[in-house]
Amino acid sequence: MDLEYSAEYEQYRQDLRKFLDENKHRSPGMAGTAFTGEEREQIARDWQALLIENGYAARTIPKEYGGAGQEPDPLKAHIIAEEFARYRVRPGHSGDNRLVPTVLDLGTEEQKRWLVPPTLRGEMTWCQGYSEPQSGSDLASLSTRAHVDGDDFVINGQKIWTSGAQRADMIFCLVRTEPDAPKHQGISYLVFSMKTPGIDVRPLVTMTGEATFNEVFFTDVRVPTTQIIGKRGEGWFVANNTLKYEREGLGDPNQAEGRLREVVAIMERETVDGQRIIDNPVYRDRLLRLQGQVLAMKYNSMRILTSRSKGEEPGLPRWIVKLQGCELNHQLAGLVIDALGELGTLYYNSPLLRDRGMWQQRYMMDLGLIIGGGTAQIQKNIIGERALGLPKEPKYAQASS
Amino acid sequence: MDFALSEEQQFLQSTVSDYLAANCTLDRVRECVKDFQTTDPNLTEGLVALGVPGVVIPEEFGGTELGYLEAALIAEALGGAIAPFPFIGTSVIAPFLITRAGSDEQRTSLLPKIATGEIQFGIAFTESIGRRVSNPTQASDGRISGEQTFVIDGSDCELLLVATESGAVYVVESPAVEREELKSIDRTRSLTKVKLDNTPCEVLPGTVDDPSLLSNALDIGRIMIAADTLGAAQTMLNKSVEYAGERKQFNRVIGSFQAVKHMCAEMAAELEPCRSLVWYAAHSVLAIPTETHVVACHAKAHLSEVGQFVARKATEVHGGMGFTDLLGLHYWFKRIGLNRQLLGTPDQVREEAALAQGW
Repeated sequence: MDLEYSAEYEQYRQDLRKFLDENKHRSPGMAGTAFTGEEREQIARDWQALLIENGYAARTIPKEYGGAGQEPDPLKAHIIAEEFARYRVRPGHSGDNRLVPTVLDLGTEEQKRWLVPPTLRGEMTWCQGYSEPQSGSDLASLSTRAHVDGDDFVINGQKIWTSGAQRADMIFCLVRTEPDAPKHQGISYLVFSMKTPGIDVRPLVTMTGEATFNEVFFTDVRVPTTQIIGKRGEGWFVANNTLKYEREGLGDPNQAEGRLREVVAIMERETVDGQRIIDNPVYRDRLLRLQGQVLAMKYNSMRILTSRSKGEEPGLPRWIVKLQGCELNHQLAGLVIDALGELGTLYYNSPLLRDRGMWQQRYMMDLGLIIGGGTAQIQKNIIGERALGLPKEPKYAQASS
Repeated sequence: MDFALSEEQQFLQSTVSDYLAANCTLDRVRECVKDFQTTDPNLTEGLVALGVPGVVIPEEFGGTELGYLEAALIAEALGGAIAPFPFIGTSVIAPFLITRAGSDEQRTSLLPKIATGEIQFGIAFTESIGRRVSNPTQASDGRISGEQTFVIDGSDCELLLVATESGAVYVVESPAVEREELKSIDRTRSLTKVKLDNTPCEVLPGTVDDPSLLSNALDIGRIMIAADTLGAAQTMLNKSVEYAGERKQFNRVIGSFQAVKHMCAEMAAELEPCRSLVWYAAHSVLAIPTETHVVACHAKAHLSEVGQFVARKATEVHGGMGFTDLLGLHYWFKRIGLNRQLLGTPDQVREEAALAQGW
């Protein structure tokens, strides 16, 4: 056990800091605000290009597809995340962290060249067409259909929970192409433009009051048959590849640690009857309980990082991150709301609003994250079955769909 | 950056666990505890041979000086096997204090005998962790008087380490004191009440110069207790998963019902990060001592909470059998229950962690 970074990594960190010191003024948010929308987009694209050029974004994606072409190294990836957070500079992206790895793993050469480079440059943005009104946790029962007509698939049906659909250029979408096959074997994974005729996007307002999701309706949407990733009927397995990458991002313990610091700050700042909230033993004990959990999750993530850096599968420590991390974030927001009492209920730009109402926004949004990306109950099935080896539900319970 | 156990540490862990699996069976534990016998003499030779009592003692005094993470791994294995064997007090807290605060003569005369298992120390720190029922302990002119309750590893000990309110720690020969066994729910470990009446004592000089050494010793003890709970809770989870995979009702193994499966998943999800917390706290003792106090308090408090959760859920997974003596699951339940209260309750140590952070 050694928590120090070796000289090579310390040097890597120093080089990154030097880069950030010299270039952070060019990052979006630090470049100033007096720009048109188009200029802002250009600043974001230039920043992304600069990061890729220096190996701080799209690190492991091969150069021929527009990435930095470096060897996978979880420690370097971790150092990059840490330093960008420390500098409060917007990090780069690896395109879409669900789509790009999937296309690189399973797409054809032509698809890789078509989709990956513009996605990395930020010129092609994506939304995910998976869930449907009748197919949530039981995603494989999805019923949006596509039949072949000439050289096209013709798609009819509806998706839901589609984040960013009103802005995205493209969608990666699961559709049923073989209606007579068993449910897991009748699905295909298609990619197509959101400007294709027949697509109707309707914002879905959530409990936070914001429309972060959408419903997407397809009426005779024609997509060339070449725009399929993987083979016909194998979309379920392609999608699982994507879900693997999506879940990694939820419940990040670094986020919980940052949020804990914010909780402390507001408890030190706000008072009840002239007494600082942090000096109230009841709220202080709730804070300390959560701090213990935050530390446990932080060290758990160090353990995962170590496994990855040795090329090992982290196993149980990784399976629990989404379940525990999202719950912990939710609890941290809940503590602030309770500690603020009636002030904690203010929202909608109210007078006396604290922290722009973000604690209620987070408390609600975190509940969405506990449900989304595989519900807490599905996570417990995964932990019980994959990590602990407990049996699945018997077949007769699954036969209903 | 490498936050994982080394091959040597994994080897130590598996060697001690395998030894205990073979020699400290539940039947053997039952035999030991029926008369409140809290040291299994059959384990002494084997555990001494594995270097257990000398794990933190410097090599020059006959120990293996492996360190506190290794000690935590041993504590975890002992908790996992609910071993009736004194370790936390006599093999970790006492050697730490004697090494750091003892005179040359005390180190030379005491440490080698601890390493060979020849002498055992009881730890009497009532004064430092919330005095409940005892009279305050006072020492002057080589004599010490007062009462100490909840002495750890005190049943079969030859010597005691006694702390006074000032933070000074004294060595007392235990045959010279009046002792009474306290009987807690956990019959695998000893708790003793001692009465000191103008008893001869010898101070550990370093504790007079630096009262924080006692606080350090408490932190290390807390980490070890957290590790013991980690081991005990892991065993309860393992037994639950095994039982849920075998027991059938409604023609199905009960682990296929989500109500049962989810209890097991929740136990695993709560317990697994605890392992990293215990590792980090134990590693910090030598590597990052400035962080030890806060993280030791958190390890003690968080493992107490998660231990209690696992002990309760694991019992429920076993249904009515979990509640019986036939299955014996309650030995782990009770060990976790005692650990929760020792060397500072979770509420107490969280408050200490808050104070240490200026809150």
